Amino acid sequence: MANMENLSQQHLDVLKEVGNIGAGNAATALSSLLGKKIDMSVPSIQIVDFNELMEYVGGPEQIIVSVFLRIQGEAPGSMFFVLSPEEATSLVEQLTGTSGDDIGENDLAISAISEIGNILSGSYLSALSDFTSINLQPTVPNVTIDMAAAILMQGLLEISQESDYAIIIDTMIEEEEQSNESVKGHFFLLPDPDSFDEIFKALGVEEL
Amino acid sequence: MTIITTVVKVGIADLQVAQVPNTLKTSGLGSCVGVVIYEQKVAGLAHVMLPDSTASKKSIVNEMKYADTSIDLLLEQLLTEGVCKSKLKAKIAGGAHMFSFQSDNNMLKIGQRNVEAVLAKLKEHKIPVIAQDVGGNKGRTIEFNIETGMLEVRTVNSGVMQI
Repeated sequence: MANMENLSQQHLDVLKEVGNIGAGNAATALSSLLGKKIDMSVPSIQIVDFNELMEYVGGPEQIIVSVFLRIQGEAPGSMFFVLSPEEATSLVEQLTGTSGDDIGENDLAISAISEIGNILSGSYLSALSDFTSINLQPTVPNVTIDMAAAILMQGLLEISQESDYAIIIDTMIEEEEQSNESVKGHFFLLPDPDSFDEIFKALGVEEL
Repeated sequence: MTIITTVVKVGIADLQVAQVPNTLKTSGLGSCVGVVIYEQKVAGLAHVMLPDSTASKKSIVNEMKYADTSIDLLLEQLLTEGVCKSKLKAKIAGGAHMFSFQSDNNMLKIGQRNVEAVLAKLKEHKIPVIAQDVGGNKGRTIEFNIETGMLEVRTVNSGVMQI
């Protein structure tokens, strides 16, 4: 397993690039879905313990709308597309032209979010797969609206068997011109511990 | 006289012991299980993440993370507070199944396995489980009032209940 203490600047740069490639592709997909310009921030790499991760997303009880999927293949991991309930509502309204209110009770809204998650995470992963030549397949995405800790911990189970820390590759995408209806979401890529060596090997970086 | 009540917070894979009039709280339990073991004036709360420490791939484990080791550790700490083991009771909550998709991946059924492991360990120590709110597909935040022995369970969609 990768030892996080041994991560060099080069390793971090590679992981940032991985986030850049994936989220860049997803941002392009969202941009064409909405017919709007979508900006992407520089990915950040966080090495956090589980409790710190919850603070990072606004606390364990923070209500989030999440699209979760497992990545299967040569470098397994978990992926989340996370929105606040307000952002999810706004995204649904922009896409379907109908109200995205009461998102938890609204089948159409959930279905729309699931489809967006499917498209975005699919484009994220296919870019990543092309870039690294690593075979990756997503599972069917799952939409959940609940407390952040309850949702995110499920994605950390594989990691938790080996470690108390997770390496999160976080990329934020948002609408270029901020308006009342701006869309903003986070992609969290959480590779399983053994996947880091696979990623570094594929990209020709010295393994840990 | 003013009695100052403190909420003692328990993190993920963490445990704490507290006395009246304080309360014990842990937030956002999903597949994790919150285990309260209490007597009249003392209580402990563990936030259990995984069922079995022996399945760990690493030799150095965080004992507070697993049902088997965490409950032993919590009991040890309670006994140093002078509790009478035969008077201890337990209440548990959590062990949800947050995602609905079918998978061969055993880790996705971890909630149920956590509950089973916790119940087995409590049975081994002959600690009766007075109340439980487990399973389903919802996150839970729990707070235990040592004075009243009530466990408050808060959810996003199903409101608040006392068990």
